[in-house]
Amino acid sequence: MNTLVETMDKTTGAISSADLAQDRPSAATVGDVTVADPRMTCRNVDVWYGAKQAIKGVSLDIGKNEVLSMIGPSGCGKSTFLRCLNRMNDTIDGCRVTGSIKLDEQDIYDKGLDPVPLRAQVGMVFQKPNPFPKSIYENVAYGPRIHGLTNNKAELDELVETSLQKAGLWNEVKDRLDQPGTGLSGGQQQRLCIARTIAVSPEVILMDEPCSALDPIATAIIEELIDELRANYSIAIVTHSMQQAARVSQRTAYFHLGDLIEVGETNQIFTNPQHRLTEDYITGRFG
Amino acid sequence: MYSWILMLVVLAAMAGAYQIGRQRAIASAGGPTRIKQLHSLPTYYGLYAALWAGLPALMLMGLWIGLQDQIVIGLVTSHLPTEMVAGLSEGRLGLLINDIRNLATGNIVSAEVTPEIQAAADQYNRLNLISQWAMWAVVLAAALAGLAYAWMRTQPRLRARNRVESAFTVILIIFSSIAILTTLGIVLSVLFESLLFFQKVSPLEFFFGANWSPQIALRADQVGASGSFGAIPLFTGTLMVSLISMLVAVPIGLLSAIYLSEYAHRKVRAIAKPTLEILAGIPTVVYGFFAALTVAPFIRDLGMSLGLDVASESALAAGLVMGIMIIPFVSSLSDDVINAVPQSLRDGSYALGATQSETIRRVVIPAALPGIVGGILLAVSRAIGETMIVVMAAGLAANLTANPLDSVTTVTVQIVTLLTGDQEFDSAKTLAAFALGLTLFLVTLTLNVIALSIVRKYREQYE
Ligand SMILES: Nc1ncnc2c1ncn2[C@@H]1O[C@H](COP(=O)(O)OP(=O)(O)OP(=O)(O)O)[C@@H](O)[C@H]1O
Ligand SMILES: [Mg+2]
Repeated sequence: MNTLVETMDKTTGAISSADLAQDRPSAATVGDVTVADPRMTCRNVDVWYGAKQAIKGVSLDIGKNEVLSMIGPSGCGKSTFLRCLNRMNDTIDGCRVTGSIKLDEQDIYDKGLDPVPLRAQVGMVFQKPNPFPKSIYENVAYGPRIHGLTNNKAELDELVETSLQKAGLWNEVKDRLDQPGTGLSGGQQQRLCIARTIAVSPEVILMDEPCSALDPIATAIIEELIDELRANYSIAIVTHSMQQAARVSQRTAYFHLGDLIEVGETNQIFTNPQHRLTEDYITGRFG
Repeated sequence: MYSWILMLVVLAAMAGAYQIGRQRAIASAGGPTRIKQLHSLPTYYGLYAALWAGLPALMLMGLWIGLQDQIVIGLVTSHLPTEMVAGLSEGRLGLLINDIRNLATGNIVSAEVTPEIQAAADQYNRLNLISQWAMWAVVLAAALAGLAYAWMRTQPRLRARNRVESAFTVILIIFSSIAILTTLGIVLSVLFESLLFFQKVSPLEFFFGANWSPQIALRADQVGASGSFGAIPLFTGTLMVSLISMLVAVPIGLLSAIYLSEYAHRKVRAIAKPTLEILAGIPTVVYGFFAALTVAPFIRDLGMSLGLDVASESALAAGLVMGIMIIPFVSSLSDDVINAVPQSLRDGSYALGATQSETIRRVVIPAALPGIVGGILLAVSRAIGETMIVVMAAGLAANLTANPLDSVTTVTVQIVTLLTGDQEFDSAKTLAAFALGLTLFLVTLTLNVIALSIVRKYREQYE
């Protein structure tokens, strides 16, 4: 039984790389993967789920005060790559990451490094809003509490307030902080999750399709918010909406079947893509 | 001439009617190629015919079998010579009828067989035979009539699917109401007997009296008090045993559920979870003698070596073993609710830099708490109603005590002792069992209703 599964895995792996070889003669990424002022640097990152390779030799930098958007067809490995950046893949059985990923010169996959504090530095907002079944206040205070970021109740109150303000939610909830976070609307919940994330003052925020469950108005609020957050944070955002990528990001990376095909200034990627696959995707020929 | 043969015949008729109905429907539509003309699929016309052929016939048969004996006996008694029946009490008459019946079926007869009784028995046999034949005729006629009716009604415009489906709905409703009505019947009879009890003993004494000794003289020459029915010692005893058992079961069950659902490796889980659930499959009587023969002496010896005075049937022993019995109950319910906490909440916590234990303590357990509480309440109602272990290990003395090393007795134990042995059915002693049963039922019912509503609310939250 085991060998059967293995051979099956190998076969599927073989098929996908064969497809890729036809699509794409050169293995190198088109465009400059580095930036002048990087916060995170990834070099030759491979990710495996068991015998199946989901990310193939990806190198990519995320700059300071930059919004990097990641686009690509479904299943190409965007979420997988994003989850490498704060080691959320550790929680998945059988997931293996090789290569080097550095946050400010510190290798985050270093044997001695504890992923727990790392995740406070590299926060994450998920596709589906996932507020805790606690009050709005407690949702935001959760991170500061476990990391002991404040010394007393007054400081905590203030941190909660500023986080909610930054997330653009304060005015809507200031009178009902003690009510459950799960009782908010979808867009409010997503902003609550963003507030929760920035309350622990991370350096990098990872967002995996944060607006996919939201209506255009809530999406606009969050996009505006992302633009403001850029002043203090580095942000990597996965999105299926090319308009969104064009609106919020400075750089864009296009993934295809586990490979990073092309990286560049967002303007340039959307107006003048260099790689045929990028062009096909952007012009809507597939994906 | 057995009824079950007739039953098979009717079922066969239904199968036949199914085929006939189907064919008839197809034919009425104008052949297999034109079944689009039919309102429903041909199978529904088949079922329609089968239901018409079977249901009225079967209902008639049930009614017949139910009433046959009564009518035959009625006829036989009315033909008995008047001087034989006159002046007989109801009980004597019943005896006589029993004799006739026994003679007819060739069983042993209690009294001497007189020619009158012999004649009555012959008549009994004759009537039964006639009734049997009549039943065959009537039931088969009903089946045929039903089939004929369905045959006549079958035409493309007949809404066979709707008819069949509403017939099935009615059948399902009848069966589910059997379950509900039975429960209701039990509750009402317990309630009725309890009311009788409360006419003899005031509810005030029963619920607030502290002295329980339900001995009542059974015979006139017996020495015995009128009995005293203060149930407080039973309530406290039940409470204490349940409390001890929950003190054992809740921490062990909950912690093992947390370990199994959050920490255990998949392989450990695959072995440990079924093993734990085996505990739930052990018959309670086995727990009972384990408690009485192993745990209770052990506790007594231990207590003695510490210089404590321990009863040989202590509340502690019964409670400990009952706790062990309830562990799998608590752990598998908690395991379910912990697993129902969405992974996205755990991810959200990890992504904020929380450790696994912080995530469990601050997110998973609070999120699962209502469900866990509901599970624990269900376990409590289980503990309160548990009988076998306490019968064997808790003792009979109705002590009003808070010392777990003393012997106590519980509501369930007293119900068992009140009803075993010879009793007059309407004595206060017997009726007291019903009052205790009613109290028990009301308490566990309340607990279950609360628990289920908590669990349901909790489920809604994540669905
Ligand atoms: N937990 C997992 N175990 C095994 N394979 C996985 C797992 N998660 C993802 N994969 C596989 O890895 C590949 C990349 O998945 P990933 O979720 O990163 O895609 P994605 O680009 O985020 O897609 P989408 O746009 O649909 O979210 C897919 O082929 C997927 O089947
Ligand atoms: Mg994804």
